[in-house]
Amino acid sequence: MQPVVEAKDLASGYNGKATWQNANFSVRKGEFVAVIGPNGAGKTTLFRMLLGLQKPLKGKLTLFGEEPRRGNRKIGYVPQRHTIDNDTNIECIELVSLALSWNRWGFNPFSKGEKEAAYKILKDVGAEELAHKSLAELSGGELQRIYLAEALVGDPDMLLLDEPLSNLDMKRTKDLVSLMSNVVRARKVTTFLVAHDINPLIHFLDKVIYIANGRVATGTAEEVLTSKRLTELYGTPVEVLRDSKGHILVHTLYDLEDYHEGKKHGL
Amino acid sequence: MVSSTSLIATLQQMLHYQFMQNAFLIGTIIAIIGGILGYIVILRRTTFAAHAYSEIGFAGATGALLLNTNILFGALAGSILGGLAIAVLGNRAKYRDVEIGSVLALALGVGYLFTTLYTGNDAQTAVNILFGDILGVSTAQIITTIVIGVIVLATLVVVYRPLLFASLDEDVAEAKGMHTVLLGGVFMVLLAAAVSVSILVTGVLLIFALMVIPAATAVRLTKKPTYAMLLSVVIALFATWSGLVIAYFVSWPVSFFIVTIVFVLYILVRIIKGSGNLAAVTSAA
Repeated sequence: MQPVVEAKDLASGYNGKATWQNANFSVRKGEFVAVIGPNGAGKTTLFRMLLGLQKPLKGKLTLFGEEPRRGNRKIGYVPQRHTIDNDTNIECIELVSLALSWNRWGFNPFSKGEKEAAYKILKDVGAEELAHKSLAELSGGELQRIYLAEALVGDPDMLLLDEPLSNLDMKRTKDLVSLMSNVVRARKVTTFLVAHDINPLIHFLDKVIYIANGRVATGTAEEVLTSKRLTELYGTPVEVLRDSKGHILVHTLYDLEDYHEGKKHGL
Repeated sequence: MVSSTSLIATLQQMLHYQFMQNAFLIGTIIAIIGGILGYIVILRRTTFAAHAYSEIGFAGATGALLLNTNILFGALAGSILGGLAIAVLGNRAKYRDVEIGSVLALALGVGYLFTTLYTGNDAQTAVNILFGDILGVSTAQIITTIVIGVIVLATLVVVYRPLLFASLDEDVAEAKGMHTVLLGGVFMVLLAAAVSVSILVTGVLLIFALMVIPAATAVRLTKKPTYAMLLSVVIALFATWSGLVIAYFVSWPVSFFIVTIVFVLYILVRIIKGSGNLAAVTSAA
């Protein structure tokens, strides 16, 4: 089966300068992929390339067998920095209905079909009781459900979720991850999710794209999250520790010499 | 005490004056445009830019005085140019307070220069541009306002849904392939045009009275965009009409009454809705 996304020797960057390079991966239909890495590593840049908002610096990126293009209806997108905030006193159903029918010109009420589709999606993400609540009243976890509904309403084949888990407490993170995983599996929608902590996702993922230090490591979580791979990636010795449930801690290794070196400088 | 029949008689008499008819007509058009556009201004968080367009319109209007042409055209040219200048100064300029503030400071300075150079040296004209002169509008200005109002509303009707979505969620709209920059530009021109005609009623400095405050009040009362726009128009109309009637009896400026009425309504709604929220929080806790 043809992969949904394929990257060959892909590099991203601006003005000829690479943010990261030599990325090679392929993602099949319905896979759940986490894009992990420190702040500023270029995770969102990958999304911008998939959305056709930015060209690859080098290499090749294909999406559904063709070059990414702007306005691809097959993609549902949840950006990191939403322009919606607490002062936006608009009911949730309005946002979801607009996301479905934004390209209809003229001043007219939503059609019955549009409304039904919007309600159905809210039900699918367990947010039907939020339909007539204002966006301004919602908690972080509730907002993410609505954003997920907004992204899903056009029935996309692919989801790009940029940091949906940031600013959520542990309970809400867990709930949202299991909801997202259910959505991915039930709809067979290929999903990329940007996060800086992989642990809440680790047991739900098919693949990991780990971006750090200008390099990209890809594979299954077991393949990528090893001391050897991450040491290569970061270019400095790191050790991956695992707890009893398989969660990881990435830990920079300091040699005793480093401490002695520090002492010499009075640190 | 005034009996109701004599009150009606007085109001009928008021409406016999040509200048009062003109004032009600232009006030009504501007309340409608301002109330509707104001909602989108609030949604896009471009209230400061709206104020800037108006002050740049001041430079344009006083420039028109110097050139002896219709101040409305001057204000229109000024505010559209100003909008472009703000757009050029920075991408997503609407969030850039420093850039917008710099442009409007320059515009006010230039406007002041034009006022001083104006041969008539008529301070009252400048004051009218700054604070509005609804009782002094000419028939030509009314016709221009109607034309501009119809164009603004017609454009808004066409772009309503894409504009509402792009204003609500710009990043997603861009990713969906919407030309958000172009749409933002269209809205900027609509706003500049609306602000220019509003200067006739509320003046440059009181532009918030009809362009922002009614909509800011309405969004606190309803979660539905269409209701909010309707309510915003109702508030703007109520304030404008009441302001005109009160000013007929009390010889204070109309724009003072308009801004005071919308402000009092805004504060009342904030107090009522604010305490409502507080009650909800307390009962939930």
